[in-house]
Amino acid sequence: MSVLVYTESEEGKFKKAALEVASYAREVASKAGGSVTAVTFNAEDTSELGQYGVDKVLNIKNDKLSKFNAEAYADALKQAAEKEGSKVMVLSQSANSKYIAPLLAVQLNAGYAPNVVALPESTDPFIVKRSVFTNKAFNLLQINTEVKIVGVSQNAFGLKENQADATVEEFSPNLSEEDFSVNVESVDKATDKVTIADAEIIVSGGRGLKGPENWGMIEEMAEILGAATACSKPVSDMGWRPHSEHVGQTGKPVASNLYIAIGISGAIQHLAGVNAAKTKVVINNDPEAPFFKAADYGVVGDAFEVVPRLNEKLKEFKAKNA
Amino acid sequence: MKILVCISHVPDTTSKINFTDGDSKFDTAGVQFVINPNDEFGLTRAMWFKEKQGATVDVVNVGGTETEPTLRKALAIGADSAIRVDATPTDGFFVAKQLAKVAKEGNYDLIIAGRESIDYNGGMVPGMMAALMDANFVNTCISLEVEGDTATAIREIDGGKETLTAKLPLVIGGQKGLVHEKDLKIPNMRGIMQARKKPLNVVEAEDVSAQTETKKFEKPDPKGEVKLVDPDNLDELIDLLHNEAKAI
Ligand SMILES: Cc1cc2nc3c(=O)[nH]c(=O)nc-3n(C[C@H](O)[C@H](O)[C@H](O)COP(=O)(O)OP(=O)(O)OC[C@H]3O[C@@H](n4cnc5c(N)ncnc54)[C@H](O)[C@@H]3O)c2cc1C
Ligand SMILES: Nc1ncnc2c1ncn2[C@@H]1O[C@H](COP(=O)(O)O)[C@@H](O)[C@H]1O
Repeated sequence: MSVLVYTESEEGKFKKAALEVASYAREVASKAGGSVTAVTFNAEDTSELGQYGVDKVLNIKNDKLSKFNAEAYADALKQAAEKEGSKVMVLSQSANSKYIAPLLAVQLNAGYAPNVVALPESTDPFIVKRSVFTNKAFNLLQINTEVKIVGVSQNAFGLKENQADATVEEFSPNLSEEDFSVNVESVDKATDKVTIADAEIIVSGGRGLKGPENWGMIEEMAEILGAATACSKPVSDMGWRPHSEHVGQTGKPVASNLYIAIGISGAIQHLAGVNAAKTKVVINNDPEAPFFKAADYGVVGDAFEVVPRLNEKLKEFKAKNA
Repeated sequence: MKILVCISHVPDTTSKINFTDGDSKFDTAGVQFVINPNDEFGLTRAMWFKEKQGATVDVVNVGGTETEPTLRKALAIGADSAIRVDATPTDGFFVAKQLAKVAKEGNYDLIIAGRESIDYNGGMVPGMMAALMDANFVNTCISLEVEGDTATAIREIDGGKETLTAKLPLVIGGQKGLVHEKDLKIPNMRGIMQARKKPLNVVEAEDVSAQTETKKFEKPDPKGEVKLVDPDNLDELIDLLHNEAKAI
């Protein structure tokens, strides 16, 4: 049996999520007895995939696919799955993968499990554990179709090195004009900033910070830690920060290793979005703030005093541990 | 322009999540149900198309009679008519099949759904629906304009946004950003009165077999106590984060 994995790259380089889904696919293939084929789009050097257990790479080189296009990518992946006779397909839960997965599911007549947090409990029948109710619960889901699509939540599985000799094959799917009927006019992306989706660490600010002019210390902490910045919903509603930074049940879900919440009360809708973060730190001057019940570490104190001091200490720590 | 807004009926965001029947079913006892927040943004955007461009707006839900108050609320917000496909949703594919049929038969130009339902977080119904009806699809849509038969949409991507154009028919998976938070429509008295007279058509479901089935629900392990660190001893916090949590 072949497991197909979509390994996303950006400007030719693999994203961490790509290596994570490759690691996951390797374990599924080992469990069910089979090999792993990765599909890449315009990747320059695919050798890294071998370190994470990929046996074969189907490399698609096509200028028309230099910009992500959901339908065209889904069609290409479908053709790759058919060529390989893949019964399981693994994707990440990046914005692009979430866009593709349902299209692919219909084309391959495959059942799709999103937000999967662990390896399959069994592969026959195929049962996976996924998070539901915005991380307030889990669901054991059985996929009954012949072809299965698994969307693995970011950071849920991690990277597992597993050296394999990845052979590389050029692959040219047949794409039609129809695949490009949604036209990408322009992409507006900050390339120098860590995104919430990719971040290992997230520094997040709430209404307790009083105003957008006070975000300097949040950005400073993020810079020291190589973190992404985020915020609570009212902060983005008031326009202090961009909407794309809003985390929570109605915003972005967070699955980073570390989440530092500053001046955020910890309303249930906010916590729902950050439950999947591994370690949570809260800095709040109200010891009764609900976030303290959800956090691993807490500092009861005024953010305007604590954060600048913490930033100094983090700088020292980083200087020592560089 | 004919618009169809897909309305998912979900537990209010403050709901306690519990399960019954040996952890096989979501316990709805005492739970308040609301219009899925992502769909609320889409519905308000649809109202803008109605007011500014003379669009007609129908809303649809796949569900049992218990979802009718949610559909009535959508009518009170301003939708022209409602459709309920009478079935208990079994999985995303099942729902997408039902919705695609309604959308095709009704010749809708624009189908507005949400990025995801906040209950099962599937994030699959709009995309599956688009694929099933061979319509264009834009996910995580945060801005939408229509000029003649062409839509211009902005979608949120990881770390930025993308501007896309596509011909109708189009399905979107919408979210916050489609309209301003402060512009979200809430039903007023007049709307509620009018909603009572608007049509709510119940249609029979198509026979579709689900692709997936829930075996069991589980709750996360209870959390340990928070470790408090003195604000005058922040070295301890750094030490804990480095040595205990291995997070920095
Ligand atoms: C349908 C719905 C969906 C929602 N979805 C989301 C969502 O996705 N994400 C989200 O975040 N919210 C969401 N909310 C809103 C949520 O209910 C809360 O209102 C919101 O999270 C509160 O934001 P906050 O913690 O920044 O502000 P507040 O609740 O005002 O908390 C500010 C905190 O800062 C502390 N503080 C004040 N001054 C200082 C200081 N000097 N130093 C340190 N601490 C200080 C205070 O003690 C307080 O705890 C949703 C609400 C609804 C109804
Ligand atoms: N039972 C349903 N009835 C109508 N629309 C639905 C239903 N379930 C999901 N949708 C639509 O599909 C979107 C995404 O849902 P999901 O794929 O379940 O996360 C929702 O925001 C709704 O717009």
